[in-house]
Amino acid sequence: MSTILDVEKLNLWYGDHHALKDINVEIPKNRITALIGPSGCGKSTFLKTLNRMNDLVAGVKIEGDVLYNGQNIYDPSVDVTWIRKQIGMVFQKANPFPMSIYDNIAYGPRTHGIRSRVRLDEIVERTLRDAAIWEEVKDRLKKPALGLSGGQQQRLCIARALAVEPDILLMDESTSALDPISTGKIEELAQQLKEKYTVVMVTHNMQQAARISDECAFFLLGELVEFSATDKMFSTPTDKRTEDYITGRFG
Amino acid sequence: MSVKNPELSAEMPALSDSEKKSAERRKLWNINANFWLCFCAFLTMALLVFLIGYIAYRGVPHLTWQLIRSETSHLKHTIGILPNILNTLYIIVITMAIALPVSVGAAIYLTEYAGRTKLANIIEFATETLSGIPSIIYGLVGMLIFIQMFGLKQGILAGALTLVIMIMPVIIRTTQESLKTVPDAYREGALALGAGKWHMIRTVVLPNAIDGIVTGCILGIGRIVGESAALLFTAGFGLVLNGFVKAMQSSSATLTVALYVYASERGETDVAFAIAVILMILTFLINRLAKLAAKKLKKV
Ligand SMILES: Nc1ncnc2c1ncn2[C@@H]1O[C@H](COP(=O)(O)OP(=O)(O)OP(=O)(O)O)[C@@H](O)[C@H]1O
Ligand SMILES: [Mg+2]
Repeated sequence: MSTILDVEKLNLWYGDHHALKDINVEIPKNRITALIGPSGCGKSTFLKTLNRMNDLVAGVKIEGDVLYNGQNIYDPSVDVTWIRKQIGMVFQKANPFPMSIYDNIAYGPRTHGIRSRVRLDEIVERTLRDAAIWEEVKDRLKKPALGLSGGQQQRLCIARALAVEPDILLMDESTSALDPISTGKIEELAQQLKEKYTVVMVTHNMQQAARISDECAFFLLGELVEFSATDKMFSTPTDKRTEDYITGRFG
Repeated sequence: MSVKNPELSAEMPALSDSEKKSAERRKLWNINANFWLCFCAFLTMALLVFLIGYIAYRGVPHLTWQLIRSETSHLKHTIGILPNILNTLYIIVITMAIALPVSVGAAIYLTEYAGRTKLANIIEFATETLSGIPSIIYGLVGMLIFIQMFGLKQGILAGALTLVIMIMPVIIRTTQESLKTVPDAYREGALALGAGKWHMIRTVVLPNAIDGIVTGCILGIGRIVGESAALLFTAGFGLVLNGFVKAMQSSSATLTVALYVYASERGETDVAFAIAVILMILTFLINRLAKLAAKKLKKV
C-alpha cells in the first residue's frame, strides 16, 4: 500500500483562528479515505489544503508540507493549476456553471486543451455514465445545467470533476443533498473509482464512512485525533474521544 | 413559546371607544395619503407629458431633412446640423474606444485581482467620488491638461479625452457591480478544475457579467450624448463640417453644445428645439437599448 499524499506538520490559521493543528497523515493510494468529525472541526479546511483551494481565502496562513507523490504542493515552484488538475474537488454545495450540461462537463477538458468534438463527446458520455446521471440527461445535454435538480446537479459536478481525469478526487459531503438512491449510486461510483483514483471524502454520515471507506480520519477542534483503518476505528477506537463520537455521545 | 399569554388567548373584546376613534383616524390618514401620492404621481406625469409635448410642438415642425443634411454657412445662408450629428458620433466612438477597455480592465483588476488592499480601496473611493463631480469641472481640468499642457487644439480629441476621464468611473463602477454579482462558487468551480485565473475570468466570470457591462457602456454613451459643460472648453463650439481627421483638432460642437450655441448665441430657438427633439429621441433609444441588452444578455 503506497502513500499518495503525505501531510506533514500541517498548520493553518484563518487570521488568528488556528483551524488546523499539527496534522500528520499519510493518505494511501487507490483507497477511499473518509474524514469525519463534528461540524466546524476543520474537515473542509483540511480537504481544501490538499489541492490548495485554501489559497483563495484572504488572510489564510499555512505551514507544513503536503507531499503529492513526494512533491511538496506548497513549494513555490509548483504550478497550482497542475495540482488542481491532478487533485480534483467536488464541493459541499453543487456549483454547476450557468451553461449547458454538455459545456459544464467539457469545461475542464477544453481548459486543458482538448478541442476535438469526438473526444469531447466521448468524455461527456463516459463521465456522465460514471456519475450515474447519463440516463437522466442524455436527451437534454444542450439544456442549462441549472435546470437540473439539486441531486442531479451534484452528480453533474462529480462528472465534471472526473472529466479532467484527476489522480485524486476530493469530495466534501457530496452526498449530503442527495436522496438515498442517488447516494447509493455515488457510493457505488466511489467504490469503482478507487481502482483508478484515490478518493478523500468528508462525510457526516457514520454509516456511510463505515460502509465505503477503507481508512478513516477523525478530526476534533482542528486536531487529527485518530487515523486508522475504518474497520479498526469503528470496532476498537484507540482514543476515548473517537469512541464517544462514533457512538454518538457528542457531535 | 411554551407559556400562553392568557390575555391573548382570551376572546377578542369588542372595540373600545378610543380604539374605534384611532381606527377612524387611520382610515382618514390612508385616504389622505392616497390622495397626495396620487396627486404627486399625476404631477410628475403631467410635467413629463407637458415637457415632451412642448418640445415636440416647438421642434418637430423645424426638424426638416434639409436641417439634418446640411451645414451652417453664412455665405450660402443655410442652417444645418449635419456637422454636429457627425461630431457627436465621432466623440462617442473615440471616447468609448479608449474608456471601454481601460475601464473594464481596471474593474477586473480591482474586483478579481487586487482583493481588499488599501490601494484598491482608495481607487474605489476615488471612482465613487469622481462620478459625483459636476461636469463643468471636468471641462476645466480637461482644458488645462489636454489643451494647455499637452498642446492639443480645441477639438474632438481633447473633448473625447475629457469625456474618457468623466465616464471611466461610471463604467468601472457598473462593471465592478456586475462582476460582484457572479457567485464565488463559479470561480471556485473553475479553479478547482485546474483553470488559470485569467482563463476562469474569461470563460466563467465575464460571460456572466456581460449584461451589466454592456448596460454600463450604453448608459455611458447616454452621458456622452447629453454632455455639454465638459465639452464647451475642450471640443469647442465650431459649427463647420469637418472630416473625421480634421475634426480631431478643430473646434467642433456636438449636438448638445450646438443646441446651446443656437439657443443662446444665435437666437435660433427653432433650430435649438429641433435639436432637442433629436436628443430626446436618442436618449429614449439609448435607454431602450440598455434595457434590451440587459434582458437579452442575462444568462438563464
Ligand atoms: N474562510 C474562512 N475564514 C475564517 N474562518 C473559517 C473560514 N472557513 C472556515 N473557517 C473556520 O474554520 C473552522 C473549520 O471550518 P470547516 O469549514 O473546515 O469545518 P467543517 O469541519 O468542514 O464543518 P462542517 O461539517 O460544518 O462543514 C470553523 O471554526 C470555521 O468557522
Ligand atoms: Mg465542511
